[in-house]
Amino acid sequence: MAVPQDDKKPSLWARLNDNDVVYSFFHSPLAMAAAFVTALMVLSSFGAPLVAPFDPFDPAQISLWDGKKPPAWEAGGDPAYLLGTDNQGRDMLSTILYGGRISLLVGFASVFLGMFLGVMLGVISGYVGGWFETIIMRLADVQLTIPGILTAILINGILRSVLPPELRDEMAIYVVILAIGLSDWPQFARVARGATLVEAKKEYIQAARVIGLRPFLIMARHIVPNVMRPVLVLATIGLALAIIAEATLSFLGQGVPPTTPSLGTLIRVGNEYLFSGLWWITFFPAVALVVLVLAVNLLGDWLRDTLNPKLR
Amino acid sequence: MKIRAIALAAIMSTTSFVGIAQAENVLRWTSQGDALTLDPMSQNEGPTNSMNGQIYEPLVTRDREMVLEAALAESWAPVGATGWEFKLRKGVKFHDGADFTAEDVAFSITRAQSKSSDFKEQVKSIKEVKIIDDHTVQFVTDGPNPILPNEITNLYMMDKGWAEKNKVLTPQDYAAGEETFAVRNANGTGPFIVEQRLPDELTVLVKNPNWWGAASAEHNLDKVEYRPIKNAATRVAALLSGEVDFVLDPPLQDLQRIAAQDGLKTQTINQIRTIFFGMDQGVDELRSSDVKGKNPFKDVRVRQALYQAIDIEAIKRVVMEGLSFPAGMITSPGVHGFTKELDARPPFDPEASKKLLAEAGYPDGFSVQLDCPNDRYNNDEKICQATVAMLAKIGVKVKLDAIPKSQHFPKIKNRVSDFYMLGWGVPTLDSHYVFAYLLHSKGGWNGTGYANAKVDELTDAFAVETDLAKRDQMIAEAWKIVKDDVVYLPLHHQVIGWGMSTKLDLPILPNDSPQFRWAKMQ
Repeated sequence: MAVPQDDKKPSLWARLNDNDVVYSFFHSPLAMAAAFVTALMVLSSFGAPLVAPFDPFDPAQISLWDGKKPPAWEAGGDPAYLLGTDNQGRDMLSTILYGGRISLLVGFASVFLGMFLGVMLGVISGYVGGWFETIIMRLADVQLTIPGILTAILINGILRSVLPPELRDEMAIYVVILAIGLSDWPQFARVARGATLVEAKKEYIQAARVIGLRPFLIMARHIVPNVMRPVLVLATIGLALAIIAEATLSFLGQGVPPTTPSLGTLIRVGNEYLFSGLWWITFFPAVALVVLVLAVNLLGDWLRDTLNPKLR
Repeated sequence: MKIRAIALAAIMSTTSFVGIAQAENVLRWTSQGDALTLDPMSQNEGPTNSMNGQIYEPLVTRDREMVLEAALAESWAPVGATGWEFKLRKGVKFHDGADFTAEDVAFSITRAQSKSSDFKEQVKSIKEVKIIDDHTVQFVTDGPNPILPNEITNLYMMDKGWAEKNKVLTPQDYAAGEETFAVRNANGTGPFIVEQRLPDELTVLVKNPNWWGAASAEHNLDKVEYRPIKNAATRVAALLSGEVDFVLDPPLQDLQRIAAQDGLKTQTINQIRTIFFGMDQGVDELRSSDVKGKNPFKDVRVRQALYQAIDIEAIKRVVMEGLSFPAGMITSPGVHGFTKELDARPPFDPEASKKLLAEAGYPDGFSVQLDCPNDRYNNDEKICQATVAMLAKIGVKVKLDAIPKSQHFPKIKNRVSDFYMLGWGVPTLDSHYVFAYLLHSKGGWNGTGYANAKVDELTDAFAVETDLAKRDQMIAEAWKIVKDDVVYLPLHHQVIGWGMSTKLDLPILPNDSPQFRWAKMQ
């Protein structure tokens, strides 16, 4: 830094370095690597229109004659298509970037939905208690006995059959978000409730009660900010799971349609060409998915270890 | 004898599994889409006719060379100028034991003529069925019909008594989603009996020991198990792993892979089936287009523009792996009325297309939805995807809706599709079949709304013309008209490839319809 900092205030760097989380981050090469990869994939996916060499969703840019080209370094490859092309002549790198965007979008949105529902129900359950808590928590227990992906397939199937056929493709992405979000709220609810039970006994909450704050304000202003720590840790790990869930649904043909493919859809479409030796159509999206999920997961693990060592 | 066989089977089943496997020849096979119904007159569709053809039988069938062969009729001959007489095979029994008689023939024809039947065009010319005696019938036609026997090779005979008992006197109305007893149950005269029918899941057929042809039967199967597998890679994997013995429709790109494996083989043949796009040129406004108040498809220049924008060679090379023949008419080589000249395509020329669109008043193109099956033809969905990209280059924005055939076909039948893919095989091997269904204004599969009085007149005329030279001329003239009108956009004639175990001997047929009565297993 060129300009010396004011002596009275420690520099931003020093203050950050003083922080446990930041300190731990910069002393964990794994966390840094994971964060770097995650950031790179998130940025390149959301910036796909700027980064990607082609727009795979613009049919006018696709030429069938370029179809089934192997990666650039293989015999018969075309330098314009670094990772090769799919059966329709779309650039694999571009479809992966665009596909990653949909995977991430679905991941973020469904985790947010699950988190919102879970925290709301969990905090109310923990704070209010009584029959409300009993019903919500038993519901959560029941749902937890069924694997999340099955719940998601069930919700997805019901929502799809309710929708008129002409809307199915357009609504598919929202349906998937809803299905995954609804399938993972119980975990958030449990964690939020547990943390709320602890917080609600503390003096500051008692004090807030004594001065006559309404329960809603107490929960929203005082409890929620204090239960968010473990919830956010869970959300980071949940993001990886949500991305996998979306890929699974799409791989089964129950997710987003091939016209706006996610990574899972790309893997499914490419799978058809595995026997005939066109391995790159399914391999690269699969690698992208593995790398993305691994990075997010490692980041989540590190965050959990740092923020909440008790969870370890 | 029968009891002994059952007892023997029972003993063997309790003693060893190996014994069963050796004693029974079970043919397990798969394809992407199941028969739509077991009602033999409800859906005139390839896989449906093929499945029902194992269970039911027509009066006249085709042999391996596609030449007419006696089935339930032993012989047939014209009677006078307007009739055909069929001598029925004696001693034929339905699966439930009822005798097959002239009554049943008369009933089956009447049933095929009812409103919900999909075989109306084949029996349209039949005015009356005269029962001469138990084993002789005469079809009286409304004019001379020289190709009547050719037209009824997919018209299967049903038992009148069974239909009355189960209240299936008329065919299932498929487009309306009707469900009847005959949809999942069947009572035919054929070489196989339905043991179990779970639509889209499992169909088990067992050998009919009382089949009239059993004595001279070529097949040695005891059981045929059919499981549809929609995913192409899964289908191939099932064959490679030995889970099935026969795959009707492996993806063309996987044929080499299959042939390379020990114990598996492939067979290919030119199919009598043409794939094409249809455009609704009858309605005043398209349902899915941004053009309101008029229908761009009504303009022949627009249809021509779309046609010239499709790069069929690219589709052949990349999508079809070279296994297709680009087509200019909906009739394959081998079908009466086919000529090389008519089958020629206009050159691929997107620039000309743009000019034509501009002339027609759509310089910036327009939008429309393309309806496509995704489990019916070779690479159907991928052809549609490729077409979307090609049409985008001339400014026509196409939204693709690729769905299973069971939902796709009713769209065409109910005339709710603006732009669709369809394939057409010609079991009669005569152009009349194409005109009667696809080009006549009243044709059952004419989803285009195309109505040309001259074509209707010619179609009706060459149906009854007995002077063959004159008839050929009329067929050629009719083809010329519909080609100039660009009623459809023919894409290519399909090539079919079957993959199967080397233990299985099953002749490949150009109609893509396996005949298990000719199947032998080692």
